[in-house]
Amino acid sequence: MENKVIYEKDLNLEATELRLGLPGTKKPEKQAPPSLKTSNKRALPDMNEESGSGNNSSVSDDGKSDRETAPAPKAQVVGWPPVRSFRKSCFQPKKTEAEEGRVYLKVSMDGAPYLRKIDLKVYKGYPELLKALEEMFKFSVGQYSEREGYNGSEYAPTYEDKDGDWMLVGDVPWDMFISSCKRLRIMKGSEARGLGCFL
Amino acid sequence: MPEPEVDTRRREIAGVLTGEFQSPSPDQVLENVLENVLLFLTSRRDRNAVSLVCKSWYRAEALTRSDLFIGNCYAVSPRRAIERFRRVRSVVLKGKPRFADFNLMPPNWGAYFTPWVTAMATSYPWLEKVYLKRMFVTDRDLELLAQSFPAFKELVLVCCDGFGTSGLAGIASKCRQLRVLDLIEDEVADDEVDWISCFPESGTCLESLIFDCIECPINFEALERLVARSPSLRKLRLNRYVSIGQLYRLMIRAPQLTHLGSGSFSSSDIVAQGDQEPDYISAFAACRSLVCLSGFREIIPDYLPAIYPVCANLTSLNFSYANINTEQLKSVICHCHKLQIFWVLDSVCDEGLQAVAATCKELRELRVFPIDAREDSEGPVSEVGLQAISEGCRKLQSILYFCQRMTNAAVIAMSKNCSDLVVFRLCIMGRHRPDHITGEPMDEGFGAIVMNCKKLTRLAISGLLTDKAFSYIGKYGKLVRTLSVAFAGDSDMGLKYVLEGCPKLQKLEIRDSPFGDAALRSGLHHYYNMRFLWMSSCRLSRQGCEEIARAMPGLVVEVIRNENEEDKDGFEILYMYRSLERPRIDAPEFVTIL
Repeated sequence: MENKVIYEKDLNLEATELRLGLPGTKKPEKQAPPSLKTSNKRALPDMNEESGSGNNSSVSDDGKSDRETAPAPKAQVVGWPPVRSFRKSCFQPKKTEAEEGRVYLKVSMDGAPYLRKIDLKVYKGYPELLKALEEMFKFSVGQYSEREGYNGSEYAPTYEDKDGDWMLVGDVPWDMFISSCKRLRIMKGSEARGLGCFL
Repeated sequence: MPEPEVDTRRREIAGVLTGEFQSPSPDQVLENVLENVLLFLTSRRDRNAVSLVCKSWYRAEALTRSDLFIGNCYAVSPRRAIERFRRVRSVVLKGKPRFADFNLMPPNWGAYFTPWVTAMATSYPWLEKVYLKRMFVTDRDLELLAQSFPAFKELVLVCCDGFGTSGLAGIASKCRQLRVLDLIEDEVADDEVDWISCFPESGTCLESLIFDCIECPINFEALERLVARSPSLRKLRLNRYVSIGQLYRLMIRAPQLTHLGSGSFSSSDIVAQGDQEPDYISAFAACRSLVCLSGFREIIPDYLPAIYPVCANLTSLNFSYANINTEQLKSVICHCHKLQIFWVLDSVCDEGLQAVAATCKELRELRVFPIDAREDSEGPVSEVGLQAISEGCRKLQSILYFCQRMTNAAVIAMSKNCSDLVVFRLCIMGRHRPDHITGEPMDEGFGAIVMNCKKLTRLAISGLLTDKAFSYIGKYGKLVRTLSVAFAGDSDMGLKYVLEGCPKLQKLEIRDSPFGDAALRSGLHHYYNMRFLWMSSCRLSRQGCEEIARAMPGLVVEVIRNENEEDKDGFEILYMYRSLERPRIDAPEFVTIL
């Protein structure tokens, strides 16, 4: 889609960037993995994936048109079933958090007797995340470079991605990292160095 | 003894000592005797009867009533209440009608605590207890309360809103005699005030601290210190920001607890690898007096075995926030032989309810909530669970059951097996759903309930229902005081049957049912005996409501528009109630009082 807006002077790569989305919109929204998006799938036994805001919508005939579940669900009526909103909202927490983008992950460090859980969404990028990890586990990551990994430290922060592979933290763009990271492990010693040299 | 009586007694004794004692007249003696006798009368219904005997009994009763109960804050003004009852120690005030809980009432409708607390501040200096339900309470109200009543002991707020943690800070710091601070299902604003730290440093008289509804973090270290300096604490219900590790630390400081709300029952961000998790089982085992357990807001089921040691003593267990399955429930419930009150999520399925039925022979109250509260959700419980409960829990008195499928047969079975039922509330979540096996309306089931359960006072109906169901209710529901109707009935006859047949009816809430002005008229003989009538999305017209307002000057007839409604004559809700006062002046723009 061509961007019809012409920016003056310098080559504005953003303006000519090929991407999905209407002209004038910002960076395309991260395509969140299906489990995090408001999904049309049938709810799993323990998780609700449907939007739970139905109890606040007014009566309408067409209901939510993006629902794919068959049979076509009824439009949600205000105040029905008669369950207090507080209760209703308690069991969309996983989904709600996911909608808000919270991503809770376990972080372990080789040699440390405890795990931590962190919310990746709190951090805006790698520097913040690494700093937080350093403070949490009282170590230093050293200097990161694409070619050599983490220099000056016997630790290397790694993560397990969706495919089960262990990767070095920092190798992929931040957004891709957040969406594919399943857990974090701060490796120590030769294993860490090995990973760094992998690249 | 209350203060004024002591003074009178002192004067009498003083009179005897100085020889100035004069024999009281026979009337005065009678009044004194009456007052002293009436001190023992606590039931408000008995007291109401007493007050009707004659003028002097009315006066004596008014002077000796210490517990004031006001079921509808708009039925009487603060001034009138205070003028009649001068020596009140405890006040119960109820505000909004129950359907407001489900977003049916626009916000800012009313039920303000402010005029009450302002009037009581000057007139009830010895006030000790305040219990509010569905009232709008501000931080300033709480501040005024804390400042005005030096003997204040108990604050219980249920389903209230309008205040935040800053109001709580005022209560905590200024009410030095505070024994009870119970916040139940309130909406509490997060003012980022550390109210837990505001309790007196030197020690408290706290017996009950309930804050499980507060949706913001608390200062845990301060809470730990508070528990340590509150030796009388028996009831503690934590919010979901308290982890299981923190719970442990509190429990070992307070093994004397009888009521515990366990917070999140999940680990915080620090999870020990290896042996470093505390011995939760011992902590529970040390609480030998624990009879009531709740919480489990974000439960990690692996931790469930921690509660095994207390199960045998539990009389009340609230799992209604615990997302657990059948097997997980079974592992717990098999120990709970003494259980009388049980709240649970339908995630435990029919089989879980069967396990409850097999063990909990003393069960009096059951509530089954839906984990997925939508009309078209899967619905893991059904008539199977209800039938099992009816067969196993013969002493059942109160049930609230959400489901997607039900049969008349199961409801009829319950009506016969559980003859002690006082409260029967069945919510079939899909609107207009018939008996899913026979395809028939649910009339016969509910009919059997009113017919066979002779003690029934509260009923909520659902599913596909014709006027027949209402004819049964009118014919047999002679003790019914509260009736809740939704998406039911065929014609005006339905409502007529009920209004003409149920002499004890006090609270009637109806939504989305085809009842019109003629039906409304049929209750004219009874509306003064009722606390309120709510009808929303029915077939009423404004003229119909105006007619009622004209015919009954002692009723306040409110018609409430949807806030977005353009048509000034259209309305969504009729809410009417008896009142001794002129209509309220605090009504918002979308409320018209006819």
